[in-house]
Amino acid sequence: MTVLSVPAELASACAHVTPAGPADMVAGEPARYVAAPGSVSEAGAVLRAAASLGLTVVPRGTGSRLDWGPAPASCDLIIDTGRLDRILEHSAGDLVVSVQAGVRLDDLAKVLAPAGQRLAVNPPATAPGNGGGTIGGLTAAGAAGALRYRYGSPRDLLIGITVIRADGTIAKAGGKVVKNVAGYDIGKLFAGSFGTLGLIAEATFRLHPLPETTGWITLNCPDPAAAAAAVQAVADSALAPAAIELDWPAAARPIGVSVLLEGDEQSVAARSERMRSLLGGSGAEPNLHGSPDDAAGADGGAAAGAFRVLQPSSGGRGSPGTLLRVAFWTGQLAQVLAVIREAAGQHGLDPGISGSAGAGVLDVAVAEIADPSAVAEFVAALRAGLKALSAGSLLPATASAVVVHAPSAVRAAVDMWGPVQSLELMRAVKDQFDPQRRMAPGRLPGGI
Amino acid sequence: MTSGRIDSGPPDAAPAGPGPAEPEPTGSRPVGPGLAAELTGICGAANVITDPQQLRTYECDGLTSHRSTPGLVVLPQSAAEVAAIVRTCAASGVPFVARGSGTGLSGGALPRADGVLIVTSKMRNVIAIDPVSRRAIVEPGVTNLAVSKAAEPYGLFYAPDPSSQVVCSVGGNVAENSGGAHCLKHGFTVHHVTGLEIVTPQGDLTWLGDGTGASPGYDLVGAFTGSEGTLGIVTKVVVKLTPIPEAVTTLLAAFTTMGAGGAAVSAIIGSGILPGAIEMMDALAIEAAEAAVNCRYPEGAGAVLIVELDGPAGDVQAQTEAVRAICTAQGAYEIRAAQDAAERAAIWTGRRSAFAAVGRISPAYIVQDGVVPRTALPEVLDRIGELSAEHGIRVANVFHAGDGNLHPLVLFDDTVPGEQEQAEKLSGQILDLCIEHGGSITGEHGVGVDKSRYMPRMFGADDLDTMQLLRCAFDPAGLCNPGKVFPTPRLCGEVPGVRHGPHPLVASGLIDQF
Repeated sequence: MTVLSVPAELASACAHVTPAGPADMVAGEPARYVAAPGSVSEAGAVLRAAASLGLTVVPRGTGSRLDWGPAPASCDLIIDTGRLDRILEHSAGDLVVSVQAGVRLDDLAKVLAPAGQRLAVNPPATAPGNGGGTIGGLTAAGAAGALRYRYGSPRDLLIGITVIRADGTIAKAGGKVVKNVAGYDIGKLFAGSFGTLGLIAEATFRLHPLPETTGWITLNCPDPAAAAAAVQAVADSALAPAAIELDWPAAARPIGVSVLLEGDEQSVAARSERMRSLLGGSGAEPNLHGSPDDAAGADGGAAAGAFRVLQPSSGGRGSPGTLLRVAFWTGQLAQVLAVIREAAGQHGLDPGISGSAGAGVLDVAVAEIADPSAVAEFVAALRAGLKALSAGSLLPATASAVVVHAPSAVRAAVDMWGPVQSLELMRAVKDQFDPQRRMAPGRLPGGI
Repeated sequence: MTSGRIDSGPPDAAPAGPGPAEPEPTGSRPVGPGLAAELTGICGAANVITDPQQLRTYECDGLTSHRSTPGLVVLPQSAAEVAAIVRTCAASGVPFVARGSGTGLSGGALPRADGVLIVTSKMRNVIAIDPVSRRAIVEPGVTNLAVSKAAEPYGLFYAPDPSSQVVCSVGGNVAENSGGAHCLKHGFTVHHVTGLEIVTPQGDLTWLGDGTGASPGYDLVGAFTGSEGTLGIVTKVVVKLTPIPEAVTTLLAAFTTMGAGGAAVSAIIGSGILPGAIEMMDALAIEAAEAAVNCRYPEGAGAVLIVELDGPAGDVQAQTEAVRAICTAQGAYEIRAAQDAAERAAIWTGRRSAFAAVGRISPAYIVQDGVVPRTALPEVLDRIGELSAEHGIRVANVFHAGDGNLHPLVLFDDTVPGEQEQAEKLSGQILDLCIEHGGSITGEHGVGVDKSRYMPRMFGADDLDTMQLLRCAFDPAGLCNPGKVFPTPRLCGEVPGVRHGPHPLVASGLIDQF
């Protein structure tokens, strides 16, 4: 095997540039070099050098979600943000934190917790040991967990950003105050951009108080209609749930609908009681001390209608199989669940379905061993079913099914993103920010 | 309610305001009869305005100091008409500006003398309410409050509540990413919009987002919201609806000093309580409000704090007690709690009237919209006080204390030579103060034409250049609301928004203003 030498332009831009190793792959696409800049200006110099060399570039944090989305068409250089790991400013009195992109979510949480604060993003773990991924990575990937229902995804909490463009230009937008409408919100554009517009170098977020306590209440439902009714009742209530999750591990199992309540002891106790009566159940006491991290997961085997007080399982998320994200209008939850099961059943699949039912975002996990062509047909049938649900709407689509990650044989057989609105405008944005198409080319819809 | 006129000038439509007329863009050509005929073909003669007198009624938005009579006004009735109008403009290279209800406070809808003003006020249908998905689909001319009214039978409301919500349009809210007193807890327009049908600056009708809030690809809904009408024209909006809170309590706490009130704000936030709104007024603002609406705030107050709590009944009750205790500990000498809508309205009356009310104590004023980190409020307010004394210009402070959004009202008499210049200078210094403390030049009113010259103080050339990439992606020809947000040589002569008394709509009692 030939050992590449690092081009002089790159080496002079940053002391930490090495030839890529066998593990330096992006969704199967091998890289040639890895640069780990230690400052924003150094990262700028790396991108300038990459521009002068015409290198394609993919940013990487811990790599926990690096296999999300299609493989890049090319990846000459990985910019590893691991050394951009400074928490720049935590202004507790303002409930605001500024971090470099490579700060890990768990490290940030450790700094915020003593002040009784948190970044209200809790994406499901993808692999042990990566600390929930980096701030830059989860922002670029638009990752969010159960708290999405109340707090949205990273884009909703992001109030300022520093980015580095493909040509090395360092630019900021937003600021460090929550309320700010000066200039275009470039942060929104970079949140969920998968590295295709440039490198997220620093980000500033709005924080929220850590709740004094949390409690989950789970109702097992026999079918999609019952689950949808439960989700609806909770969402319509004035009980301020922080999350409304659903977990349906397999077609033959009941559907768990779990509600997260946060607040002080008294409030959570009182609202749990009301939540139980709202859902028409009785039995188990609410678990006042559960947290999204400390429960082992529901076994899902309890009789339908009985309340359980367990944390919902994370379904198949983080598994090596195929993961789809289905987004929809919450009023169509029952139909969407039925469409998923029907499309899967037609192709001999029995995926786990879980996620933020209250926010209209579900993950569908198909086992790794599934036949790739069956998975591809399932995806096509699912998209057709979702399209049929949009019929009669003013909008051309009211739902989407995106393949988040998949084994390579499945990747080869599907269009991972599927149909997307306003693709021409997205292309125009890409053309402006990255006219040479060197930033994570091909990771977004339509080859962007 | 708000009071009416003040003496020093008519509130409405004087052709020559105190600010200069906008300079004609170089190289522009007048909007000719050919274009009027084409647009008449699209919208019908009744919806195309060419009469100079009628055109003048559109010469400004809520920021009356900037005026420019539009070349032509069209009032389309459908998305297809908007698209056809924009296509026509684009084909002839004629700039166009969208306008909703014209309540904006930064001149974002200031027309172009050489362009077409596209007014969405005839697109007023609430197209659909989906109470199960908690979404509404509305046309851009629908007023903010009308969305909540349509949702109310289902126990839902539309959370963003700019003070002009009785009359301001949802399309305008999207353009400005409007906030309101309650965005502290409930977020801004961008947190509540999940899909937009727009007409691109080339005249193409397209959807951004799919209404889910999680559509694949770039978040163009998020990027478009708050772009101040420079990336296209909204023709349909999908908004989230929120369950009406079970309980709402409004507290009014009076303090002898601003410092004590500010300390109470910090203590409330520090306790982990997130109120729907925390508003503060200083003695001068209270004096004005008393003069205008006789709001009967506690006598001798150096500062009043309005804290509104909403949520589950038990929580609101407990938080109300906690906030009472905090305010008392910080030296509040009187605390009132409103239990019903009428009592709540009584507390809010003074606050809502504040902008218009300063007309009672000053012939003219400038309102700013700067933001500072909440923890910097005491220092910034002290400094504003010092600047005020140095210039001999009074400043009344009314602000969204919870999120550090100041609305300093710089009071002056424009009949006194030099005073307006002093007021403008002071006004600019306040914005500098906000920037120095890591804040923003605008929290909710937008940049528009009013503050574009301050943008380089907040952002570097590379920052502004990067933002403009987005503009170039959407509007390479630069015809869609040109001259707004970003400073250009053509518009370098802006002055801050000098206001004479209340906005016409405030004066008429139609709207309140924050």
